Amino acid sequence: MRMITFARRCAKEIIRDPLNLAFGLGFPLVLLLLLSTLQANIPVNLFEINTLTPGITVFGLSFMTLFSATLIARDRETAFLQRLYTTPLTAFDFIIGYMLPILPIAIGQTVICYLSAIPLGLDVRINILYAIIGIIPMAVFNIALGLLFGSILGIKQVGGICGALLTNLSAWLSGVWFDLNLVGGFFEKLAYALPFVHAVELEKALFSGNFETAAAHIVPIAIYSIVATATAVLCFLRQVKKQ
Amino acid sequence: MSAIKTYGLVKQYKKNIAVDKLNIEIRKGELFALLGVNGAGKTTAIKMLSCLTKPTEGDAVVCGYSITREADKIKQLIGVSPQETAVAPNLSVRENLELICGIHGFSKDKTTAKIAELSEQFDLNDVLKRKAGKLSGGWQRRVSIAMALISEPEILFLDEPTLGLDVIARYGLWDVIRTLKGRITIILTTHYMEEAEELSDRIGIMKNGRLLATGTAEELKTIAKADSFEKAFVSIVKEDLV
Repeated sequence: MRMITFARRCAKEIIRDPLNLAFGLGFPLVLLLLLSTLQANIPVNLFEINTLTPGITVFGLSFMTLFSATLIARDRETAFLQRLYTTPLTAFDFIIGYMLPILPIAIGQTVICYLSAIPLGLDVRINILYAIIGIIPMAVFNIALGLLFGSILGIKQVGGICGALLTNLSAWLSGVWFDLNLVGGFFEKLAYALPFVHAVELEKALFSGNFETAAAHIVPIAIYSIVATATAVLCFLRQVKKQ
Repeated sequence: MSAIKTYGLVKQYKKNIAVDKLNIEIRKGELFALLGVNGAGKTTAIKMLSCLTKPTEGDAVVCGYSITREADKIKQLIGVSPQETAVAPNLSVRENLELICGIHGFSKDKTTAKIAELSEQFDLNDVLKRKAGKLSGGWQRRVSIAMALISEPEILFLDEPTLGLDVIARYGLWDVIRTLKGRITIILTTHYMEEAEELSDRIGIMKNGRLLATGTAEELKTIAKADSFEKAFVSIVKEDLV
């Protein structure tokens, strides 16, 4: 009950911030619209809506990291978290309370992306549902990163690391904007060593009903999610102790 | 009967000793002020007593429980209003109050009754629907103290409650604190001498982590042989009179 109360508060803080809405929802939708318009005017198949939409949903998740990290860093920098540390809330309540409310926001963002892509030509099929469910492991990874960065960085650093660096990493190393095979070499190896491209491939595979390929890509994402969550929990507990 | 008793509390950060062998006893129902210049160790002392940070050495008994061994029990019995803004900015004042009620496991009826009581006591009825982050500093402190009182604590810690407030807001907050006097034990840190003199039953003067003197404002004036409390404070701090 205590944890749910705290989680509800975190959800309200995020949803009521207009910047969060603008970046978390508006930015992916604008990209979807712009790139679809671009695709309509170029002869090559670069941003075809059926492959672009799964990629955009993964890119949109990087904002979940920004949301959670900003909230935690702000709570740390103001004395709000300090106040809550003097209440009966436990470390478990804090961790789940911070992570839990962002998951439905991430799923909501994915649903809106897919729904918005339908008028732009996305094929309507049951696989959209699988793709929406398939976003969860990567969403957990991004939310855990938020908990991690929010626990160790200040609010300004969070803006730089999560707002600029992570969104760019997620964009360039995910294969959303270009085929990674075209670049090849170290860049391609690096991309495949990170979870972003696997998440995009997983989404594409689920959307197109290629479940064998999906199963292959879910493994690295799951590993990254577990490691990120464990590290985030340790860092959060460390900063609680430091307080 | 003592609400708080400390036994040689020490807090050391690397080579810096923030609090050095603090021994105080605060009586139940008393308003005790820890007065000192910046860096005197007041906030660190409060952080230890409210179980936010563990002492490097020593112990303290708060409401009958040890801060080193029984922090969970103490947390049920204290309220803390930290030095900086400690409200959820995007939540309304009512939602902030509801949040703390929820964290303390209040029922819906008890939450409604508690919010009505505190809104009356702190004059919050007109701002209940406003976002806490949009309120002035004075009103945010008011809300912050109200939040600290929700759990009906036996001890209330107020860390620099009027820091940075204009004189009107400060006087308003003093009135609020006066209404609480005698009902619960209050530990207040401040570096405003007039605040300590005006509000406190007893005052402890701290410098460089050490408690230099304790007593009523009158007693401290006598110790320092000064005709005003300000002169007494300066004299005690400058000459380390104990």
